[in-house]
Parts: sequence; structure tokens; C-alpha cells
Amino acid sequence: MRESITALSALKRRIARIGAIPSALGESGIALGHAPMDAALGGGLARGKVHELFALAASDAGSAAGFALMLALKARGGGAVLWLRTEAAERGQGALYAPGLVALGLDPGALVIGVMPDDVALLKAAVDAVRCGDLGAAVIECRGNPRALDLTASRRLAIAAEKSGVTALFLRTEAVPAPSAAETRWAVRPAVSVALEAEAPGQTAIEVELLRRRAGPSGMRWRLEWDRDGQAFREETLSGAVVPVLRDGPAADRGTESLRQTA
Amino acid sequence: MLAEKIRGGMRIAALDRTAQALGLTIGLALADARARIPDLQVFDADPYADMDWLERLADGCIRYTPSVALDPPEGLVLDIAGCAHLFGGETEMVRMIEARLEAAGMQVRAACADAPDAAHALARFQTLPGADEAAAVRRLPVAALRLDAESETALKRAGLKSVGDVASRPMAVIAARFGAEAVTAIRRLLGEAESPLAPRRIAPALMNERRFAEPVARTEYALQMLEELAGETALQLEEIKRGGRRFEALFFRTDGMVLRLRVETSLPTRDPSAIMRLFHERLESLSDPVDPGFGFDLIRMTIPQTEPLAPSQLALEGGAVSETQMAELVDRLSTRIGRGRIVRLHPQDTHIPEQAQLALPAVDGAAPATWPCPEPGGAPLRPLHLFDPPQPITVGDMATADGPPQSFRWRRALHDVTRSEGPERIAAEWWRRKGGYEPGKGGLTRDYYRVEDTRGRRYWIFRHGMTGDPHWFLHGVFA
Repeated sequence: MRESITALSALKRRIARIGAIPSALGESGIALGHAPMDAALGGGLARGKVHELFALAASDAGSAAGFALMLALKARGGGAVLWLRTEAAERGQGALYAPGLVALGLDPGALVIGVMPDDVALLKAAVDAVRCGDLGAAVIECRGNPRALDLTASRRLAIAAEKSGVTALFLRTEAVPAPSAAETRWAVRPAVSVALEAEAPGQTAIEVELLRRRAGPSGMRWRLEWDRDGQAFREETLSGAVVPVLRDGPAADRGTESLRQTA
Repeated sequence: MLAEKIRGGMRIAALDRTAQALGLTIGLALADARARIPDLQVFDADPYADMDWLERLADGCIRYTPSVALDPPEGLVLDIAGCAHLFGGETEMVRMIEARLEAAGMQVRAACADAPDAAHALARFQTLPGADEAAAVRRLPVAALRLDAESETALKRAGLKSVGDVASRPMAVIAARFGAEAVTAIRRLLGEAESPLAPRRIAPALMNERRFAEPVARTEYALQMLEELAGETALQLEEIKRGGRRFEALFFRTDGMVLRLRVETSLPTRDPSAIMRLFHERLESLSDPVDPGFGFDLIRMTIPQTEPLAPSQLALEGGAVSETQMAELVDRLSTRIGRGRIVRLHPQDTHIPEQAQLALPAVDGAAPATWPCPEPGGAPLRPLHLFDPPQPITVGDMATADGPPQSFRWRRALHDVTRSEGPERIAAEWWRRKGGYEPGKGGLTRDYYRVEDTRGRRYWIFRHGMTGDPHWFLHGVFA
């Protein structure tokens, strides 16, 4: 009888330890530097989880990839970033371009790119990659809704991420949201940028929508502008659908600055 | 017998012993041969398949000695210096090799000699065994010298029938009459001049092997043996404080074939479990599984090159752990899907956008590189994704003749340009072209524009050329 009690208490300790790991990791969210979004996410993007980023239309894929890169930059914490994609994505989307990565703030030396022959290989490699504990962040780019990507595959990825603490950003281009084990699900669209002088396209602007979040509210939309130098998101304008009034000249620039500071 | 087409007619390319006994010779027209022997079996000669077979045999022969050279079209040269005693002496070794090759259905002639050329000649031209090697070589016909047909005939006409006859003449005379090649050939044959051997593979830095009295037909057991070899190798590497980056496993089948598995790592290692993980990855990625045939009778692990690797306590050095874990991931993925698919980007010194980066295998290691830093506060000037080659687009109306288009069509979708910046003019690298300094030959200049459409999608488009009717291309997509 006594023996069984000690065994039972040992077992209880073990279960407590298993239960403690995800919650301990979950507490340290990745602050995105954008107050309303951080508040909605309960302190920031959960570390060691899978986050799905959807580009619902083919032409949104560029912005979604940009958002994935921005989140990876926030999540990596000095570690390397692994970007896995398929050959089909490479053909349809274009190759990742190092000067463009630099322009968004990532040192290409910290990036390893894997181009997989098919979706099955992609998912297999993704699980292996996410298991690797010292990876800063993993971006997994998957096109469409392949049959191999079912709930089991998604759960496997989520468990791997939870164990290692690696944040996995699952970039889904031209895909329809389906049940998955992801912590959050986002839809990403491009947004009209604030023009620079002489009607030049401005800072990278995107519109994100939190489609779903485990244990939390969802359905919020934000328009974000990426600040490369500060490596943070800024709220850009308040209403999403309205094209901003054309502004030019240094005075207008100051105006935007003050708006950003208040936001 | 085999026939091939030479100078417009089918001629005999190779014969077996039966056909030779019937009086057929190589080079005879097929029609003549058919007339003489009506029930002749003829097959098309396939030199590539022959060469492939010879290479496979050569690989199979490295079980005997590390330096095996090809002697096309039909010979192999094995440098058995220092190896013969492992197989019970020269005669015994030759017998073993002959037995193995004959078991594979081949007719073999083998000869041992001090010089490769002498062995080559003895294997082909010796008819009667000689008292010793020198005497045997001297008795060979002049054909053994491998001279051109003209010189050979001339030697025969001069009454010099055997190698010994030629060698007994003053070399100066031979050189004057038949050229320096004849002298070199003689001296090589007699072992007086060096005849370099070009081995097919360079002897590895480190090698361990297991021989089996009975062939091993189970792949699992063979892999277990490989694991033991990896353990032994690790111990040896640890003693010399070195590690390997490439590991090769060779499975020698009893029928003379060799299965070769190769893995590589981005950092020097000697950890047997890591090496074995990579070998398992490689095995899984093979399109057809390992076929032991009638079994493996020799398994070998080689390391072509070693690199310094200090003994380290990984648990205490935090940085090292992090590096190796990432490196292991890269190794594993590269082994599974191919080294060229897991890449890192490296900068190139050029203005041409698509040539500014070079994707090199991540297994080769990362050299520290500096990328040109963008101006703080500015919008991204380069796209996140780049198309190589650029994608053609059709443009709509122009506001100005040399400005950006007001709309363009890409992949059947129309984009109305609301904002644009440019042109950023990038000239072709005329100094790299032949005659590029001449006007009009330097290549077309590109005028790049950053454009944004009504929905906020940002693209990088360019006009190729400045005059005439220029083409437009979409080169990249901004985030």
C-alpha cells in the first residue's frame, strides 16, 4: 500500500511537470509592439505554438509572406529562421530575395531556405525543423489545401512546437481555412500605403484579421505598418477600407508621426 | 559477338572465344562474317554500357586495393603493392579475383607484373608462360607496345617480331626510325620508365571495414555492422582529435557490385549516432531500397577527409550546443531531400538584381557576409520575392512616354497603378560582354519602377530598353 502511494505521488509530480511546460512557455508571449493587437492576444503572440497566416487570394501571398517574416523577426530572438516552401511555391510566388529581406530587417545570413519537392516532404521536414529547439522561428509555406495536411499533421506540428518552444508560422497561400491545431489564425491582405513624397509607395502596410484564437476573442482587424528600424508594428490609420487622403510635404509627415505616437 | 557501325558499314567490334576460334577477327565486315558463318549471333555494341559495367567492376575491386584504375575499353589495373599478403599472396589473390569475376559471367585474363604496362601487355598478348616476368615480357609480340598500325607494320617488316627484339636494338635507332613514343613504350613495358597510374578514387583518410565469411543477406544486420564501424571510426577520430564532414558507406555484394551511400555534415563530427541517423535518412530517401542480392561480404566505412575537431563538453558550452543542433537539422534535411535544396543566400557583387544573390547549399557552411544596408526610415526598395526570369506583362496607357504605365496586366489580372516611384535605372553589364563597349552592343538598360495598385499590392516592374517599342516585365513582389 505504501509503495503504491509513493508511486502515485511520483506519477502526480510527473503529470504536474508535463502540464507545467506549455503554460510556462505560454506566459511569455512575443510582444508585437502594437498595443491593441498585443492586448487582444493576451500579451503578445504565444511562443512555441503554431500560427496560421492565410492569404485568401493568390495576390495577397506577398503580403502574407511579409507578415510571416515580420512575425519571425519578432519571434526569433537571435536564433536562425528556417523558411520551408515547395517548388510549386517557388515557381508561383518567386524566390525569396535577400536584398528584400534586408529591406524588411532580416539578415539573410540568419536564414536557411528549404525548397521541398512536394507537400508531404514539406510537412515532414516542418515537423523535424520545429523539433529543433534552437531554431528561432520556422516559416512553413504551403500552397492550397493539400490532402496530406489534415488535422493529424497539424496536431503533430503543434505538439512538436510545444515541446521545443519554437514558434511555427504556417503560411497558407491560396488556401481555405480548415480545422487545425493552430493557436491563432490570421488572414492577411495588402493595404494601401501612406505615400511618400511625389506619390511614391510608402512603408510596407498590411491589413491583418485575427480569424480565430484559442481561448480568446477573435474577429479583430488591424492595419499595420512595419517599422524596420524599430522592428515593430505601428498602427497606421484607423479605418481599414478607406484609402488615405493623399498627403505630401514635410508637414504631413510630421502629422503622421504624431498620430503614430498617440496610437 | 558484337557489331557496331564504323565508316558506314557494320563491322565486328568484339568477339567471344568461340567466334575467335572460328577465324573471325575484329574489324571484319558483318556481311562477310555472316557469309562465312550463317548462324552467327550478333548484338549491337554499346560502348557506354560497357564503360558503365567496367566502372562498376572497378568500384567492386576496391575491396582488394584502394588504387584501382580504369584501362578502357576492357581492362582494369589494380595496384596491389602492399595488399597481396592480405589475400595470401599474389597468385592466390589473382585466383580470387578471377573466380569472382568469372562467377559474374565474364571471361577474365589476369597478369601480375612490376609495371602497369607490362601487366597490361601480359594479360592481352601472353600465349605461353615465361620463365620469369622479364623473359615473358621480352617474348611478347610487338603489338604489345601499343604503337600505331603503321609503326607496328614497319617493325615487323624490319624483322623485329617480339618486344625483346626491339629492346635489344640501340634506343637511338628506334627513336630515329619510329619516334620517341616507341622508346617510351619499350621502357615502360620493361619497367624502366615510370608509368603513372590514375586511380579512380583517392585513398580515404580513414577506413574501417568488416569482412564476413558468410554473406550477409539482411539489410538490418548490415546496418548494425555499419553502426559498429561508425563507433570504431569515432574512437579513432577522437584519438587524433579530428572529425569528418563526409562519410561513405560501401556495401560490397558477393556478385562484385558495390552499393555506395554518402552523407555529409556541415560541421565536423564524429558522433556515431548522428552519423547513423544521416545514413538512415539517406536510406529512406533512396528511390529503390537496398538490394542485398546474394548478400554482402564486406562492409566498409570511409572518411575521405578529416578536419580538426577539439574534444568538447557540449553540455557546458551553451553556444556550441545551439550551433550543432541547427547544423544537425540542416544535415538531416539535406541528406533527405538533396544538398542543393537546403540553401543559404550569399551576396554577389553586381547591380543586376537577379544576380545579386547566390543560393549555396547550407551544408557547405555559412561564410560571414555583409549585405548592403538600406537607409534608415525609408520604404523597402527591393521586393521580398523575385522572379527569375522576370515575368512579361502587358502595359496599358502611359502618362508620359518614358514614365511608368497607368495600368498593367499580369497573370490575366489587371492592376491599376495608383502610386509609383522611379525610374531606377540599372544598366546592363556591358564590360562583361564581347564588344560591349561599342554603342548599341552593351545590352539593354532596365528602368525599374516601384508601383502600387488600388488594393495596395506593391510590385517591382521594369521597362527593358529605352527606345523603340520596349517590353515590360514584372520582376518582384513587395510585401
